[in-house]
Amino acid sequence: MPESIIRAQGVHKHFGPLHVLKGVDLEVAERELVFIIGPSGSGKSTLLRCLNRLEEPSSGSIWVDGINMLDRRTDINKARQRIGMVFQSFNLYPHMTALGNVMLALRKVQKLPREQAERRAWAALERVHLSDRADHYPGQLSGGQQQRVAIARAIALEPRVMLFDEPTSALDPELVGGVLAAMRELREDGMTMVVVSHEMGFARAAADRVVFMADGMILEQGPPDAIFGNPQHERTRAFIRQINRH
Amino acid sequence: MSSWDRFLDSFFNLKVAAEYLPKIIDGFWLTVLLALCIVVTGLVAGLLLAVLRSFGVRPLNWLIIFAVDLFRALPPLVLITLLYFGLPAAGFSLTGFASTWLALSLVLMAFAEEIFWAGITAVPKGQWEAARSTGLTFLQTLRMVVLPQALRMTIPPLTNRTIAITKGTALASVVAVQEILGAAQAGVSFSFNPTPLTLGALAYLVLFVPVVLLGRWIETRFAWKR
Repeated sequence: MPESIIRAQGVHKHFGPLHVLKGVDLEVAERELVFIIGPSGSGKSTLLRCLNRLEEPSSGSIWVDGINMLDRRTDINKARQRIGMVFQSFNLYPHMTALGNVMLALRKVQKLPREQAERRAWAALERVHLSDRADHYPGQLSGGQQQRVAIARAIALEPRVMLFDEPTSALDPELVGGVLAAMRELREDGMTMVVVSHEMGFARAAADRVVFMADGMILEQGPPDAIFGNPQHERTRAFIRQINRH
Repeated sequence: MSSWDRFLDSFFNLKVAAEYLPKIIDGFWLTVLLALCIVVTGLVAGLLLAVLRSFGVRPLNWLIIFAVDLFRALPPLVLITLLYFGLPAAGFSLTGFASTWLALSLVLMAFAEEIFWAGITAVPKGQWEAARSTGLTFLQTLRMVVLPQALRMTIPPLTNRTIAITKGTALASVVAVQEILGAAQAGVSFSFNPTPLTLGALAYLVLFVPVVLLGRWIETRFAWKR
């Protein structure tokens, strides 16, 4: 197995009296697609948000692409450029066009000159098949298109890892396909991806590994066929039964 | 003389109007100058405080909240007279113009801070997270992502509050500033006729109706496309 690009060890997170992550270990290899599933409140999203330190873990260690994410001396803004993130609610900047959204960090973080930033942003929009919407504002785009712009905004920075936090949960069913297609293409280009989602069809088809979380712990993990077909843990079985019913 | 004629003679006496119009016009420009000073100082200071507050430094925020509540609670006229008549006792004197400028700027600052702050907190947390996840710093996120959205939301309440407070420039007449109301009152006492007050009222309309319209225009201009 190649060197892990993400290595999280003993990650704990407390929110006041709530113990949301109870010592989670997660390793992700380069070019691997890891799916994290589990009931709501199990800590999936919190774990994902700890990986780029949007959430500050209470204890533990997190290394991404050779960078110690929790070291005070780490330039977190620099480190975050290597970790793209896509959110459930898209979070596009409503006062900027699609192209403006993708260009902002290229200009202000990577300090690229305007033409170069524009070229890179354009190419990123091309990859999610939205270059014809470059001058549209988020409010003029469908949810699916907004999410694809959000993916373009993240991949334009050429990250080494992409984190997806329930990327299709806020979408109407007919718009989910386009977003999953964009993710599949990313996958085919060899992007390392960690996906929190309940899109089981996509997980079966594309994931290398499925991680089941409950109560702030990883209870079980393995290839999609094993987790979906023959779950070992009672909690996993109950969860899989429940989502299969829908 | 019928009562209608008496009414016209009192409020629309052309001879008196012609005599005091130049004074009112001088007062008009003084009001414009005073209002501009207050608007610029008050809004800039208010925005600065709101930005400072967003850093979330506890003791600093208590101080900001204390100052803001203080200046929102004090009647502007009390503040003006306190500065004008009170400071000299401390060996420090301000002109009427400066007292009014400072007092109303503090009041506008306080209200503007609250409005800007409400705007900043109304921007969804996801905007911060998205921006920070791409490597933008706290300040870059504030400046390029959060403030542009917050400012758009604050334009309607801010316009209203700004107009309300700049109209308070009339209070400067109490501390001997010959702005519109001061000039009009002086005109009344010299001419024994209230027509200068009519001119003053008209002058306020000439000044503030365009400001109200400008506020409306900015509101539509800055609404983003949907």
